[in-house]
Amino acid sequence: MAELQLKSLEKTYGNGFKAVHGINLEVKEGEFMVLVGPSGCAKSTTLRMIAGLETVTGGEIRIGDQVVNDLVPGRRGIAMVFQNYALYPHMKVRRNLSFGLRLKRQPKDQIEQSTQVVSNILEIEELLDRLPKQLSGGQAQRVALGRALIKEPDVFLFDEPLSNLDAKLRASMRVRITDLHKRLRSEGRPATVVYVTHDQVEAMTMGDRICVMKDGHIMQVADPATLYERPANAFVAGFIGMPEMNLVPAVLSSNGAARLTLAGQTIMAGPDLTARLQTADGAVTLGIRPQHLEVLEDGAAEAFSGTISNLEFMGHEVNVHARVGDATFVAVVPTERFDTTLQRGDKVGLRPIAARLHLFDPETGENVSLADQNS
Amino acid sequence: MVSYSELPNPAHNTGDAPTQLEIKLRRKARINSALRYTVLAVIGLIMVYPLIWLVGASFKTNSEMFSSPGFWPSEPTVQGYIDGWKTSTPYTFGHFFLNSLWIIIPKTIGTAISCTLVAYGFARFEFPGKNILFATVIATLLLPNVVTRIPQYLLFRDIGWLDSFLPLWVPSAMAGDAFFVFMVIQFLRAIPRDMEEAARVDGATTLQTLIFIVVPMLMPALISVCLFQFMWTMNDFLGPLIYISSVEKYPVSLALKLSIDTTEAFAWNQILAMSVLALTPSLVVFFMAQKYFIEGISTGGVKG
Repeated sequence: MAELQLKSLEKTYGNGFKAVHGINLEVKEGEFMVLVGPSGCAKSTTLRMIAGLETVTGGEIRIGDQVVNDLVPGRRGIAMVFQNYALYPHMKVRRNLSFGLRLKRQPKDQIEQSTQVVSNILEIEELLDRLPKQLSGGQAQRVALGRALIKEPDVFLFDEPLSNLDAKLRASMRVRITDLHKRLRSEGRPATVVYVTHDQVEAMTMGDRICVMKDGHIMQVADPATLYERPANAFVAGFIGMPEMNLVPAVLSSNGAARLTLAGQTIMAGPDLTARLQTADGAVTLGIRPQHLEVLEDGAAEAFSGTISNLEFMGHEVNVHARVGDATFVAVVPTERFDTTLQRGDKVGLRPIAARLHLFDPETGENVSLADQNS
Repeated sequence: MVSYSELPNPAHNTGDAPTQLEIKLRRKARINSALRYTVLAVIGLIMVYPLIWLVGASFKTNSEMFSSPGFWPSEPTVQGYIDGWKTSTPYTFGHFFLNSLWIIIPKTIGTAISCTLVAYGFARFEFPGKNILFATVIATLLLPNVVTRIPQYLLFRDIGWLDSFLPLWVPSAMAGDAFFVFMVIQFLRAIPRDMEEAARVDGATTLQTLIFIVVPMLMPALISVCLFQFMWTMNDFLGPLIYISSVEKYPVSLALKLSIDTTEAFAWNQILAMSVLALTPSLVVFFMAQKYFIEGISTGGVKG
């Protein structure tokens, strides 16, 4: 096992398109790092560069203390799990698992033993003599996982491994992979993992740390709680969390205490926010998670007055969509606290919980309300 | 007759009796398909009749050949086969069959190997001049074979390969058959690259990836290539005619012509009997590999 370092890593394609813009990332030994972002954010390209399946056009990739830029994939000490499993269709599971070891000309009894150990861990012993086409999606993914595991690589690379599975199986495979990672750690052979996904649930539940990417840039690298509570910018704030964080243009005036003006209504944002502020007065993007927006009766103090435009009953909670001027807010209200007399078109008060309010620079998207935590 | 219970009956899974309408519809469907199959069978029979006639006529005597139009011989005889096999040369027909095989087998193997290598290169790698080279390969597809015969003949004459099998083997072993290259490329394009990438991550070199991963996946296409090459070479007349001059090296296609040349009154029954034998290898090989063959051309065509 080893740590992985990306230094000013760049990828420019032959047609001049720059996919990766000099990213820096350090994955510690034994760490589970998730690369997450919308389609086209170059997370897969980055992973494929680490694997050696894409050439590096700038910067450096280090695994352990070795620069691997020009090494062929087989010599990098990596193993990769592909989205569509990529099992060799003409080989039985047993040979699929041992293909890498056989190429390395390991002794037969050793290969046999490794195959047994791995198939035992992944509970695929009874599948060893089947062909890939005789496996279900979940089984195939476990074999693909086994093929990576058997090589005992320095770094595991996962390229959206669960996105071809149905929701239920995805949830159980998620747990299986994190369990496996913990188990290897407790057995004293921690596995360094880079896991690419576009699914924020996977990212949040699996990663020790998460690297959020957009258009070939890293937006933030942090543990899941930090990403959720202290997003570095509006993109991360909007990307992480369900439903999405409300991001609404507003005007800040902090004459002693911060005030926010939106659609002609002004509320006091409270001393907590004032203390955190890093910005001058003017236009800002107000960010508040739906879970941190209280729905009160119309006219409540320090609340925006809005009109309900839609109500979504989710079972344990209700999503309240309300319009304030041109902006739409979504608030999540636990079902037991929801006032069932509310209907579309009703007026309500929306009060952001001050401690959970974020303000972003409308130009750069940077979070300008993190001062106290950063200093 | 098919009973009700055997017919698909989605509306009445519970075992209710079918309604009048259903009975009517099913009867209509049966009449329809009977009509369809009759038309198909008749047209099929018309198309395959020359072949049936050929087989029948090969058992006729030479005098009966043109006197009765039916395909069934009135006095079946295998004399045509016996005489035809002896040929008018010092060699039996078996000798010519061996010659044919001796041309076909190296040529087919050479084609399969060279086409795989070239197609793999074009389908999976980026290299300078790739587009121009690929266009050149495809352009040769459009070129009639006959056009290149004379320059090729001169070339092989200067190398001193005339009256040997080399002019028949070497061009194919150098991926000279652009059609096969194209076919394999199309097939390869339909195969996702992930397996090859997985093999590279597993530590396989390019050649190992090709041999252990790509070739097994290409099998249906390669079988089609071999089959086509087998049949085309078996039937090739012009190539051997130009390059092979000694009767000792004649393949079946030339040997058939031989019996027409040397006899004044053509022994048609012998010619037809040997034609039937000449057809047999292709047919046998085709039916043996039919399953893969169809998989090969359909996948290459549709998904490519």
